[in-house]
Amino acid sequence: MSKRIDVHDLDIYYGKFKAVQGVEMTIEPRSVTALIGPSGCGKSTFLRSLNRMHEVIPGAYCEGEVMVDGVNLYGKNVDPVGVRRKIGMVFQRPNPFPTMSIAENVLAGVKLNNQRIKKSDADELVEKSLRGANLWNEVKDRLDKPGSGLSGGQQQRLCIARTIAVKPDVVLMDEPCSALDPISTLAIEDLIEELKADYTIVIVTHNMQQAARVSDKTGFFNITGIGKPGQLVEYDATEKIFNNPNEKATEDYISGRFG
Amino acid sequence: MSATDLKTDPAGPAGSTDSYSSIKQPTLSPAVRLGIFIGAVVVGFAVVLGLSSYNTLAVIIVAALVYMVVIYIASRIVEGQRHAVDRLVTGMVTTFFLLALVPLVSVAMTVISEGYKRIDGEFFTSSMRGVIGAGGGIMHALQGTLIITLITSLISIPIGIFAAIYLVEYGNGNRISRALTFFVDVMTGIPSIVAGLFAVALFASLTGDAGFQAGIVGSIALSVLMIPVVVRNTEEMLRLVPNELREASYALGVPKWLTISKVVLPTAIAGIATGVTLAIARVIGETAPLLITAGYIPGVNLNPFSGQMTTLPVFSYNQYMNRGIPPEAYVERAWSAALVLIVVVMILNVLARMISKYFAPKTGR
Ligand SMILES: Nc1ncnc2c1ncn2[C@@H]1O[C@H](COP(=O)(O)OP(=O)(O)OP(=O)(O)O)[C@@H](O)[C@H]1O
Ligand SMILES: [Mg+2]
Repeated sequence: MSKRIDVHDLDIYYGKFKAVQGVEMTIEPRSVTALIGPSGCGKSTFLRSLNRMHEVIPGAYCEGEVMVDGVNLYGKNVDPVGVRRKIGMVFQRPNPFPTMSIAENVLAGVKLNNQRIKKSDADELVEKSLRGANLWNEVKDRLDKPGSGLSGGQQQRLCIARTIAVKPDVVLMDEPCSALDPISTLAIEDLIEELKADYTIVIVTHNMQQAARVSDKTGFFNITGIGKPGQLVEYDATEKIFNNPNEKATEDYISGRFG
Repeated sequence: MSATDLKTDPAGPAGSTDSYSSIKQPTLSPAVRLGIFIGAVVVGFAVVLGLSSYNTLAVIIVAALVYMVVIYIASRIVEGQRHAVDRLVTGMVTTFFLLALVPLVSVAMTVISEGYKRIDGEFFTSSMRGVIGAGGGIMHALQGTLIITLITSLISIPIGIFAAIYLVEYGNGNRISRALTFFVDVMTGIPSIVAGLFAVALFASLTGDAGFQAGIVGSIALSVLMIPVVVRNTEEMLRLVPNELREASYALGVPKWLTISKVVLPTAIAGIATGVTLAIARVIGETAPLLITAGYIPGVNLNPFSGQMTTLPVFSYNQYMNRGIPPEAYVERAWSAALVLIVVVMILNVLARMISKYFAPKTGR
């Protein structure tokens, strides 16, 4: 259920503004890849270009190739909606649907697409996804209550459950723990560790320890100046990046001697 | 000042302004304030009755002035400058609030006291067919108002909501959407008689009959007035839906039209429904455009496509302007029709609140 992603010479634009330039990256299946770098260097932008969420913003577009399983996501006749069903995304801020209950939120990917699902299958999917997101025990008694009544950390895990309920191949996470307390953060990190068995995971984080803890490979993005495009400076095994990076900029950033 | 300072020297140096003891201050007790208030009202009545006859507005103004002067001076002496200004401004704001209530309350009271006289069974169950003098009722006008408003809503609500969806979800500030926004803005300001003339002209050219009057013509005129209100309001409500929800839906592989119909609209439905109800309340009381489009007949006409149709505001206008004998009967019917209209609008407002409560996203555990 997990796929290799090959990014080749990817330039990402917001209208005339080139936000990210020339990314080359190969993401292995069943691995966790962390993206780090200073604010504004284009991590979120790059992440969103991996499931064609980037072009949702008016005027935004990409040039280059993102190959998944031999198919170029930006090739002709590729349906962005289909891409997003295969490559799910968890956002920085938890965003459960306010009009839906906890169970409906988990089933959102099915229900919103007007797919019919048997009651028993639906119950099973809800339980499986919530267990997968480490949330089942906390909410099993109030599945019909609104999702917005959960704590921030629970909401974020609900969003993860919602994402894995559509059974994607890849899960993209944009700073999923930035609004969470250390305990919820650890819960999500454990979850990432478990999800790795089935999914390819790409996670953006500002937390070095988190990147070091959860990821197999790390990519360091940097920006040379204001208004300049961000670039992937170094991409290697996490251990290498954190202990013995090739680039001076990477070392400076990781050791906190940045800027 | 550190915490230990506070403990060893709770009162602080005498006269010191940074002493925490200055937090505690004498205040005007509620009893004293109530006393000043009652005194001011009494003075207000005395002055007004002394100078002329009773007048609510004058009493409020005099009492408010007296109250503000006295409370300011008293507070200044007891509590100090800052509290005195606070009380003065509170008094002023409250006074203006009361002044704003005066016209509202007096309109309501006048309509009720004049209008209750004809609120009887006959008034709701008979038309004006063959009625000369006393008696008769508004059945035909009530039916006309309901039919014309219903048709107006059936035309305006879909057009307005879809136009707003286009503006917010598809327009992205392109040329069509900017033109649409411009026309909606212009249409919001159209005087209602212009909408009526437009509908008359339109049907004159369609039917070839320059004097064509029917319920549908009135509905078209009212739609011209209602559509911009619905567009504006729906647009605002749709813009309030956070983009994050749309993105969350897209990220689940949900196409745009399903995202709009199943995420955006349900999230905004409470506000949209309220806005639509208030837009209906706005057009249901229109008189001028209906006078020239739907006209007036004394009897029942349930066919909106042929023949004139009476509505409540036009009925009221007609009774008041074309008084027969005895004139009181006509004036009473005019007031009672006005009262019924106000009640209908009030019911719509209550309905709007209930709808928004019912549809509002539920929170809590
Ligand atoms: N919607 C947008 N329209 C125009 N420019 C944008 C938009 N979103 C981001 N940008 C620009 O693109 C560049 C990269 O932004 P991005 O959000 O990808 O940074 P980031 O690395 O995720 O930063 P952070 O760590 O603060 O989240 C920035 O210069 C930003 O100003
Ligand atoms: Mg970001």
